[in-house]
Amino acid sequence: MRQTSSVISTYSADVFGVCSALFELGGMVVMHDASGCNSTYTTHDEPRWYDMESMVYISGLSEMEAIMGDDEKLILDIITAANELKPKFIALAGTPIPMMTGFDYTAAANIIEARLGIPALGFSTGGMGTYISGASMAFDGIVRRFMDKNVKKSEYRSANILGLTPLDFSVNGEDKSIAAFLESSGFSINCSLAMGCDIEDIKNIGAAHVNLVVSSAGLSAAKTLFENFGTPYVIGTPTGKKYSDQLRRALDKAVSSCENIVCKNDAALEGDIVIIGEGVRSLSLASAIELETGKGTKVSCATEFDPSLLRDKDAVLHDEDYILDFIKDASVVIADPLYRRIVPEGAKFIPLPHEAFSGRIYRRSIPDLAKDAQTIISEV
Amino acid sequence: MMLKRVNDDRDLSAAKRIIGEASFPSPFRSGLEYASPARGTWNIVHVGMLIPEAHEIFVCAASCLRGVVLTAAECGMEDRFSTVEIKENNLLDGDLEDLIVDGVSDIIKKLKKRPPAILVYTSCVHHFAGCDLDMVYQRLRQMHPDIDFTDCYMNPIMRKSGLTPDQLMRSRLYTLLKPNNIDENTVSIIGNDFSTDDESQLVKMIRSAGKNLMEITRCSTYEEYQDMAKSSLYISYYPPAKAGGDMLEERLGGRHIFLPFALSYDEIEKNLKELAGVLSCPLPDFALLRQKCEKALEHAKQIIGDTPIAIDYTALPRPLALARLLLEHGFNVQRVYADTFIPLEKADFEYLKENHPELELYPTVHSSMRFMAEKENNSILAIGQKAAHFCGTNRFVNIVEGGGMYDFEAIEKLCALMIDAYENEKDMRNLIQIKGMGCGCI
Repeated sequence: MRQTSSVISTYSADVFGVCSALFELGGMVVMHDASGCNSTYTTHDEPRWYDMESMVYISGLSEMEAIMGDDEKLILDIITAANELKPKFIALAGTPIPMMTGFDYTAAANIIEARLGIPALGFSTGGMGTYISGASMAFDGIVRRFMDKNVKKSEYRSANILGLTPLDFSVNGEDKSIAAFLESSGFSINCSLAMGCDIEDIKNIGAAHVNLVVSSAGLSAAKTLFENFGTPYVIGTPTGKKYSDQLRRALDKAVSSCENIVCKNDAALEGDIVIIGEGVRSLSLASAIELETGKGTKVSCATEFDPSLLRDKDAVLHDEDYILDFIKDASVVIADPLYRRIVPEGAKFIPLPHEAFSGRIYRRSIPDLAKDAQTIISEV
Repeated sequence: MMLKRVNDDRDLSAAKRIIGEASFPSPFRSGLEYASPARGTWNIVHVGMLIPEAHEIFVCAASCLRGVVLTAAECGMEDRFSTVEIKENNLLDGDLEDLIVDGVSDIIKKLKKRPPAILVYTSCVHHFAGCDLDMVYQRLRQMHPDIDFTDCYMNPIMRKSGLTPDQLMRSRLYTLLKPNNIDENTVSIIGNDFSTDDESQLVKMIRSAGKNLMEITRCSTYEEYQDMAKSSLYISYYPPAKAGGDMLEERLGGRHIFLPFALSYDEIEKNLKELAGVLSCPLPDFALLRQKCEKALEHAKQIIGDTPIAIDYTALPRPLALARLLLEHGFNVQRVYADTFIPLEKADFEYLKENHPELELYPTVHSSMRFMAEKENNSILAIGQKAAHFCGTNRFVNIVEGGGMYDFEAIEKLCALMIDAYENEKDMRNLIQIKGMGCGCI
């Protein structure tokens, strides 16, 4: 049955994707929620919470405020806190009840901005999508709001990295490994959205010659930058030598032709190695495995993803039953350890912990695939 | 040293009061809420798992499922936990009732072992959409007559209306008990996450009266849990458990008495006298017990000296009572961390306001608390995880919800724990981030 999970976990939700995407940028992110979302996010989805100062709060919505439509309470609470804490911007995102009552995030953000004089953005998450949709909204929104449309291309070849959050890349240094890959490919890093960057970098984001979209959360922002600056994008994360070489060539081609490229291995290799996870990362790993081993793979993309970017043999599947059907003949399944219990008997399971699925449980074992994918590839 | 300041012109003054100028029960304004990294208190997943062999099914949106799914996973309880995810289409189609019935039935079909009981947790969404939960449970019971179902709730939007989520959950824990013949010799202590200390006078008196003591934490099978319904007496002492006791008295017929957790000798003796009256058992030697407590407090004071002490509300249900006890015995209590105080704390609040007006009160969820955590200040002794975090100290008493301590023994054991905390630093950063302390979480 759709929407039931007898055994597997749940991906981090859209509202947490907003928080994660904006965490390092010096703003104040407010989840319009009764209670629980801040604890969930900061416990399971935010490895930077203990060490990095960032303002993420909930509104503490009550039954009466929701029923009576008392949006002024939220607005005043934000204004009071912002006056005390001086954020660089304010972002407002939501959960199921405000969605049901038709809360207008954009209007509330406009009111807050008008009263405070601090940039404010509203993101109409409803707590029902995955982190990808929320992070995607947030990256696109923050880019649209802060990019300097008059910026000139940088003198040297430069690239932005789009779609970085710990939900997909944890805090094991993979963001830096991706940057190192780009640097070794002849690009300086213009903006690393949004791990290790700030609002000033985002203002200058149009200066890059190419965008590397490392997770599907970065795709909307990539399209916005293409529209506004003509900056082409390449979709893929460096994974294994051969695929990374292919990605490097794709970046060069994108710069020279201004063509947007999905970097994937399209060779007609039928196979029964299944990878479950976020779209871009899974597609990259699948391609890397095929290029390195000659064995066929297929991807079960468990978060929001444009199916047209996948290969014919891949699928976007959210529900346990459909995933079970997809993997029933697999010889190898590569997925987060919390999927282990649905892996068919006889199939080899290769754990690939994913913060957006299992939270902090396996954080210490999350690999930096941009640095070392060979360990997993050699297990196939 | 506080956390690194990105912006030093912040005004954090609203997150501190001295008790002499504070109002009861809520000294701080309500507004945006912060979540500290201290996670030791139990949540509704942990509490529900106290029912042996029961299975939990949460029916919620993804954002609400995320925390509870991973709570279960971190505790290694995935086998007893499933979910049904609400999507936008369910709200538009108005099929929330069918989603629960079909989803729960689908999960039952897939479980390797048929559970004796299922706790179905619905959410704020059901409440706001007017979901017909009576009909839902009626259908589930008809379809699966061999399974006991009870309704549990994850609807924090109702936290300011009626019972708090904590009170409600501790009450729901006993809704699965089926009426049974009352056994005069069975006594249950209810509503706690930890077994009551065997050394407490409460437990000793129950046993000395020849009663069979039951607690949900001591039950290992569902059948054994059902025996609690035979109780002639239900005792609650953890304040959020009182509502559950009242419900049990009304529904199953045993008597309920509330003997609130206390740290003053007079209150403790009043509780135990009431118990002795109900059980018709002799009283312990109060003078001797007081003497032992005084000795323990004196010994602790000798060792701890004038070390500043901070207390938070998660350590035990009455932080002000503890602050008063310690201040009366010469300890240097400087801070109490609590967002609000329960009515039981009123007298202690007034006493402290009058006699120790400089005692500092800090909230835990106020937005400014994001910037109020100190780094490495082991000169403070903290009682409770949140106090430890905000003070930045590795010298802390690591307990939540009173840890099962009660009456005179609670005072003695707290003294021993304070000495231990003073003498032996702990790995505060890692310890406080473990969810549901004592429930088996990694």
